[in-house]
Amino acid sequence: MDVLTLSRLQFAATTMFHFIFVPLTLGLSILTAYMETRYVRTGDETYLKMTKFWGKLFLINFALGVVTGITQEFQFGMNWAEYSRYVGDIFGAPLAIEATVAFFLESVFIGVWIFGWNKVSKVTHAISIWLVAIATNLSALWILLANGWMQNPVGYVLRNGRAEMVDFMAVVTNPYGIIKFVHTVSSGYMVAAFFVMGISAWHLLRKNQVDFFVRSFRMGAVFGLLGVVLVLLSGDFHAVEIAKTQPTKFAAMESVWETKRGVGMNLLILPDPKNECNAVEKICIPNMVSLLAFHDPNSEIKGLKDFPKEMRPPVQATFWSFRIMVGLGSFTALAVLAAVILSMMKSLEKRTLFLQIMLLSLPLPYLAAQLGWIVAEMGRQPWIVYGVLKTSEGVSKAVTSPQVIGSLVGFTLIYSLLGAIDIYLLAKYARKGPDDDLSGIIKPTTVKGA
Amino acid sequence: MELQITWFVLWGVLWAVYFMLDGFVFGTGMLHNILARTDGEKRVLINTIGPVWDGNEVWLITAGGATFAAFPTTYALMFSYLYTALLLLLFSLIVRGVSFEFRGKLEGEGWKKAWDVAIQVSNFLPALLFGVAFGNIFKGLPMDAAGYQGSFISLLNPYGLLTGVLFVLLFTVHGALWLSVKTVGDLSARAKGIADKTWPALLVVAVAFLAYTKFATKLFDNYLANPILFVVPVIAVAALAGIRVLSAKGATLAAFAASCVTVLSVVATGVVGLFPNLIPSSIDPAYSLTIFNSSSSPYTLKIMTIVAFIFVPIVIIYKIWVYRVFRAPVTEEDVLGNKQAY
Repeated sequence: MDVLTLSRLQFAATTMFHFIFVPLTLGLSILTAYMETRYVRTGDETYLKMTKFWGKLFLINFALGVVTGITQEFQFGMNWAEYSRYVGDIFGAPLAIEATVAFFLESVFIGVWIFGWNKVSKVTHAISIWLVAIATNLSALWILLANGWMQNPVGYVLRNGRAEMVDFMAVVTNPYGIIKFVHTVSSGYMVAAFFVMGISAWHLLRKNQVDFFVRSFRMGAVFGLLGVVLVLLSGDFHAVEIAKTQPTKFAAMESVWETKRGVGMNLLILPDPKNECNAVEKICIPNMVSLLAFHDPNSEIKGLKDFPKEMRPPVQATFWSFRIMVGLGSFTALAVLAAVILSMMKSLEKRTLFLQIMLLSLPLPYLAAQLGWIVAEMGRQPWIVYGVLKTSEGVSKAVTSPQVIGSLVGFTLIYSLLGAIDIYLLAKYARKGPDDDLSGIIKPTTVKGA
Repeated sequence: MELQITWFVLWGVLWAVYFMLDGFVFGTGMLHNILARTDGEKRVLINTIGPVWDGNEVWLITAGGATFAAFPTTYALMFSYLYTALLLLLFSLIVRGVSFEFRGKLEGEGWKKAWDVAIQVSNFLPALLFGVAFGNIFKGLPMDAAGYQGSFISLLNPYGLLTGVLFVLLFTVHGALWLSVKTVGDLSARAKGIADKTWPALLVVAVAFLAYTKFATKLFDNYLANPILFVVPVIAVAALAGIRVLSAKGATLAAFAASCVTVLSVVATGVVGLFPNLIPSSIDPAYSLTIFNSSSSPYTLKIMTIVAFIFVPIVIIYKIWVYRVFRAPVTEEDVLGNKQAY
């Protein structure tokens, strides 16, 4: 395989691996912060136990999110040197700002939170986890503004053989980036909600610590509702933004081949890229695709045939990832509604079937988030920066195939090993349930050496 | 022009502060199995750096991000030219981060032993590799119109390796002094003992490094052109001597401060000598990457300068606050008292 293919494979693998841990961090940091806030305000020790239990899982997950994040920054230079050189003037800024504004805040206050139980006041301790939660989400904002720029480049001119920034405000208010930020973080809230509900369901099915897990489940359900509303709303606006700025991606997502007005949505559809058509088109909702694309049932949708073959993204991957993501999104939305209602009623622990469904649904938002990134990145091909630079032009010139094979093998080995350990630890501590002994945590000692 | 110089200074400062902060983490990790005799002592060692190591590592990410934003051409070429070295560095840093977090999560003997080895190796390798990388940057990389003419093996030249050894010894002393301040009793005394015993070796290597630098690099050209600059290496030498003097007096905190100044001024010595190069070409200076031919546009530099001047001081303020919160030495009692400790 050539350096380009290998580098793409490596970037996809390392990014998707990184994104197993990030969404949970985005959501569970907020939930943990909320739990600790409830403890500080009410003094109810169940909330402290919740903070400790879910916080421990948060930390095990967080560790891998942090270390796999460094890879992301290094890889742009290592494997995508031509890209970095060409767009660094504009793309480097949000990455540097992320580190300065968000990453420091997150990493410093996570230390205060883990080690500060006996060293800072209750309120300061709760503020620390809020700062971590804010910083994690802020970090996502800058990363998604950077990615938003790759999707919909704004605020630049081509000058001196590269893209140079001329309008910073355009980059940070890029609608594509902002919508993508909301869509991504809220999908992370869904992941966290299903994580909390799924693990709570596991314990409720075994009648362990019923009060503790019913309350956790309820919190997860309400948070999930917030996530669902944001995911659906931002998803709708995201589609409009894509239709407007990335016609090839939109056409591939919906498998539209011919340009026409008032395009309907076929519930059953089988794309046939070879013959540039759909092999099956059944159960059509009239004008639906046009409505979704431009919020106008008679709007014109550009078909893939309007673009030369080499300018189209891989249709199957984009189409199926999008369809399955939407399917999972719809299912999880319904599940969250049911969860909110049932968890507000009495004896949640007796609804065995529902709890089993919620346990099995735990991985679904994870899957949806991964598929969302496939749509975003595969759908942008053949561009690395839409309309500006091709992916094939961005790869490093100084790097050879054996080098990338070596790194790909290395990443695969290390990531698989660490991933397996991390999931094992998560499962172990999730099963163990909350610790009743709070002695190590609320020891109200004075600060030594003061 | 001024902005490019501002960013060169910031670039140097970010690297220097990074090495000062992560240096004692590397040192602590390298001494993990040498200094600590029991599991309790090992946990104390990890917990001295527990609250701060992650925040310290972010200086590296910021240094990388700043290189990307301010000098994208240098970022692109440096990272792709040094692919294999950076990969090893990356793997070490990945393993290091999780090893702190995971070691205490299970009880098994084998589990802990495995992470003990991981901690040792994953702190030693970056210390060595950073030294090798910076040694080669000081010396210049074989770059010409066709690109990079070297390989990973060619980085392992005598001068690169000597710089690697310098970094390893410097961080060992730095970490040992950190531990002597951050632990109590016998453990603290033994940590100080290691610092004292390693110091003469560090001195020998530092002298050899300065002498070899005269022959292997052009770093001294800037100093000879502006002799006032010699104040930087003089501070480095004085601080290095200060470590010994202060440690002998038993003033370990002051000795640690001196080793902080040593790390900062050693990095500064190299960076001052590099100016205006970021990476000199060892083949022909015409192909050197300088702050002028590899920087971002004035507009981007201006935006980044505003961001840096607002946020870096804020970061420094809350980092100082955190070091104050955790200023007390760590004892085995503390570690057992906090169930979320490492």
